[in-house]
Amino acid sequence: MTAIAMPTPSGPTSTGPASGALRPAPRTTSIVTSTAQVAKRALLRYFRTPQLVVLGTLQGALFLLIFRYVFGGAVDIHGASYVNFLVPGFVTTGVLFTGQGAATGVADDLQQGFVDRLRSLPVPRSSFLVGRAMADTVWCAWGLLTAIAVGLAVGFRPHGSALGDLAALGLCVVFGFAFEWLFLVVGLFAGTPQAAQGMAFLVFPLTFVSSAYVPVSTMPGWLQAFAQHQPITYMVDAVRALTLGPTGAATLGHTAGYFTFWSLIWAAGIVAVFAPIAAAKYARA
Amino acid sequence: MATATIEARGVTKRFGKTTALDGLDLVAEPGQVVALLGPNGAGKTTFVRAVATLLPLDGGELIVAGHDARREPAAVRQIIGLAGQFAAVEPVMTGRENLEMVARLFGQGRRVAKRSAAAVLEQLGLEEAANKPVRTYSGGMRRRLDLGASLVGDPRLLVLDEPTTGLDPRSRNELWDAIRALVGRGTDVLLTTQYLDEADQLATHIVIIDHGKAVASGTSTELKRRVGGRVIEVHARTREDLPAVANALGRFDRAGPQVDEATRKVSVGVDDAENWLSLALEAMEASGADVDDITLRQPSLDEVFLALTNGN
Repeated sequence: MTAIAMPTPSGPTSTGPASGALRPAPRTTSIVTSTAQVAKRALLRYFRTPQLVVLGTLQGALFLLIFRYVFGGAVDIHGASYVNFLVPGFVTTGVLFTGQGAATGVADDLQQGFVDRLRSLPVPRSSFLVGRAMADTVWCAWGLLTAIAVGLAVGFRPHGSALGDLAALGLCVVFGFAFEWLFLVVGLFAGTPQAAQGMAFLVFPLTFVSSAYVPVSTMPGWLQAFAQHQPITYMVDAVRALTLGPTGAATLGHTAGYFTFWSLIWAAGIVAVFAPIAAAKYARA
Repeated sequence: MATATIEARGVTKRFGKTTALDGLDLVAEPGQVVALLGPNGAGKTTFVRAVATLLPLDGGELIVAGHDARREPAAVRQIIGLAGQFAAVEPVMTGRENLEMVARLFGQGRRVAKRSAAAVLEQLGLEEAANKPVRTYSGGMRRRLDLGASLVGDPRLLVLDEPTTGLDPRSRNELWDAIRALVGRGTDVLLTTQYLDEADQLATHIVIIDHGKAVASGTSTELKRRVGGRVIEVHARTREDLPAVANALGRFDRAGPQVDEATRKVSVGVDDAENWLSLALEAMEASGADVDDITLRQPSLDEVFLALTNGN
């Protein structure tokens, strides 16, 4: 039989709850603490679920292997080996797949009542979205590192300067952060985790109509027009230009600076569009 | 006089074309456990969500412990604890981690949060499992932990939305014990339930809600008395006896007998005036039906509820 003890009250105020004693003026918990707690919870969800960590890495590795060894022979890149062409594309688009976890996570938080509890607590309203965005970006960075490890294992060799390689990595994190807001919006509107996953998965075909896995010039004209100008192409090519070294980058048609500039514009644009939508939806939901 | 815990006047909330709360009035005094009783869609969950400052209102006034929920939501959030329909606790974290997290979100420093969490874990009998991940907990333990999460902030008002839905009887009783202990400590409770026995057992004050309005309120006994009179219940020996019993009793009731085939019981509402029990006995003898038991009792909350909400 479970014994329910009669305890002495402990907590921030030493006077009893219903004694009518004066309560301190309403204070809201600091934004730092609130977002840190939300972020910590989201990260623990990811890292303490071994299936997520293992399966995610395995899936990614499998894909990379298929593209590298099965398609590698069929695709002809001038001036670079396919693996050096492919891996930047793979790693960059990898951030879009970790983003799916964000969408599902948000939908789950809404459905399971965590957001309700958070809203009934004296925390700043932005805590949830900011905390989640931080945690998801960290998770995305982890995904990047594992993807790079797999890439190196199958023969990827970056030729860029050390600074260039680091810049490429930093760019990927920025892209992850930007798309995170798109996925937060998906999660907020989806209604259930399953719907969120489905909707987030629609990103998948989008990554193919880009320069991620094949040069855009190999696509039919009408598709090329779209692929040429979509944000993923700019992002992938920026990473590529920074890691392929000067000779490889020359085949891309523009300088690393050019691609970096436009990819950052796109990233800023994505955040500028989706962050307010996310905030508005969260406020109303 | 201490401030009322909740004062709701004319509270209105619409979702598109549906009016969930239609001018609801309610007063909860300190030291009470208030249960909101109503059919699905009556507006119970909407009202508690409004009290927990999760919803903006379309009209009316809602004062929680002296603070206007519409204008000072932050002040209200400082003093309430919410446990919703789903146990909103994180499965991969331990019980202790969950409680410490909520305590920190309440603004408690790290050490204070640890102490609050430890105290609540002890209070709810979860110390043994405190350091195990919540995904290893039973349903009843999860609900208790969820209740604990609403307690770490030392709330003045606990808001519980259907706290025992889906629990087995033993877990229900454990949760009831925990809630009673809290009330003993001075925490006020507002809960919604669809279980009439839960309202009967826990609540000092019951508010019956239907179509977004408070239809009746009072203690369990007051409500039963309000429906008027008593109930004569006859337990027929066999199913074949039921029609004869129903026929014989039918004369006594204004509304007609209620027949429950499964339990073989026939009941009629009667007023307090006459000596109904002996009249009923005579009627049974005259009918020739075989009868196992006759009782004269107070209406159950079931019957009160049906009587008060049936008109709509």
